Amino acid sequence: MKVLVTAKRVVDYNVNVRVLNDHTGVDLNNVKMSVNPFDEIAIEEAVRLKEAGKVEEVIVASVGPKTAAEQIRTALALGADRGILIETDEDVQPLGIAKLLRAVVEKESPSLVITGKQAIDGDNGQTGQMLAALLGWGQATYANELELGDSSATVSREIDGGLETLEVKLPAVITTDLRLNEPRYASLPNIMKAKKKPMDTYTPDDLGVDATPRVKTIKVEPPPERQAGIIVESVDELISKLKNEAKVI
Amino acid sequence: MTTLVIADHDNESIKAATLVTVAAAKEIGGDIEVLVAGDNCGAAGEGAAKIDGVSKVLVADNAAYGHQLAENIAELIAEIGRNYSHILTSATTTGKNFMPRVAALLDVAQISEIVAVVSDDTFQRPIYAGNAIATVQSSDEIKVITVRGTAFDAVGAEGGTATVESLDVAKDAGISTWMKEDIVELDRPELTAAKIIISGGRGMQNGENFKLLESVADKLGAAIGASRAAVDAGFVPNDMQVGQTGKIVAPELYIAVGISGAIQHLAGMKDSKVIVAINKDEDAPIFQVSDYGLVADLFKAVPEFDEKL
Repeated sequence: MKVLVTAKRVVDYNVNVRVLNDHTGVDLNNVKMSVNPFDEIAIEEAVRLKEAGKVEEVIVASVGPKTAAEQIRTALALGADRGILIETDEDVQPLGIAKLLRAVVEKESPSLVITGKQAIDGDNGQTGQMLAALLGWGQATYANELELGDSSATVSREIDGGLETLEVKLPAVITTDLRLNEPRYASLPNIMKAKKKPMDTYTPDDLGVDATPRVKTIKVEPPPERQAGIIVESVDELISKLKNEAKVI
Repeated sequence: MTTLVIADHDNESIKAATLVTVAAAKEIGGDIEVLVAGDNCGAAGEGAAKIDGVSKVLVADNAAYGHQLAENIAELIAEIGRNYSHILTSATTTGKNFMPRVAALLDVAQISEIVAVVSDDTFQRPIYAGNAIATVQSSDEIKVITVRGTAFDAVGAEGGTATVESLDVAKDAGISTWMKEDIVELDRPELTAAKIIISGGRGMQNGENFKLLESVADKLGAAIGASRAAVDAGFVPNDMQVGQTGKIVAPELYIAVGISGAIQHLAGMKDSKVIVAINKDEDAPIFQVSDYGLVADLFKAVPEFDEKL
């Protein structure tokens, strides 16, 4: 069985993002870029499935600029076998990414696609579901537990208020939530080995996909700031303020 | 111009999130119709007809829609949705699950988790965990949108007199099956609906210590939340997480206990009306957003607070 996973290149989650003064976007100059953390969980899950003997090959795909090859290399160092970079300098939105991934799926015929539930830059949370729709496949989003069978997958999902378990027929798309696993760190020998693993590069044109954005960003602004309040000296003062000033208890 | 709102419901009644989504639909303008898709969901359909501002309710009552399976619901919405200018649903885990599927079937973009309506094609939404607000304009003929539950003031659940029409459209893709659900039965309000929330962070040290918060929550009728740090450390389950990767909340009173105030946590709670922070580190970023800060050891301050309430 083959599994396709994704590795979006995003601003590292530790970076304090700054909005540009001209309000055209956020400052990406000299900012550390990483694999989207939810994609890292997807990669880890696929690698564990391979280690458990349930999967033969893990393919990792990324849509982005030439430098997104770094994120593919990271995934290869974590245990993926082969990379596919869909290279474009354009802003590609979830529907476009899903169409590009569909083209990859048609080339590679994986039985399972695992993606992050969202990327931490656009926070759209759409790509996995859109890909499943375009392929006519079943989906299980927000997975916190995955049991892979020969023709189906049983997935426990994080929902508002608790958990839900679904069974989806294969092929299917699964998106990861935080508790699915804890991704490993790449070891130095594995980082060296990853450099020798194969990576193919395509353009959207090579794949015959029109990924033109449908949504235009007019401006990007910092969020309204909240003013700091006061420091109270004691629990008594706190209770008094909440009762008499804020009137919330 | 007509907007179709996909109701969030439990077959018996309409959930509060739907009232917020209808409020967003009102700001867009035009007629508002509501789709209630479920199994034995007639009661929810009648509830939807009473929502203020709704002109028509469509009820698709079929076993295939019983657990809101994305594959089935999305096909239904995509089929009837072609006749609308906007399709909206709440950004709950249910709506976020099926809505992108609807958009892809219609070959249109989705605009996720809007927090403001600028015009009928332009909306505001947070990006980068709420560290920036983007104003985006859609060029698609049908706008598929999810609405953040804390961003609009809910419309009234009563007073409307919409007509109810039953839809005989059964879509069963047959590729997914609902097995079971483990909903945590709470004696307390749900996080996203609570007027008061008390949350614990890494400073709680372990799951057992969350009992300190439970006692306070019981007295205040509050829900209990947690930071991602507390969830990652295994103190409490993920469904308690408040933050960009968890629940987005905006209660009247938010009490952050032993929470430093990481950006991702602030993104989930900074719209709360009054924020209280209890933390022993006076430099903790949480104090920059709190209305009332108490620099103290939580293991002394929380029991004292509890006792004196």
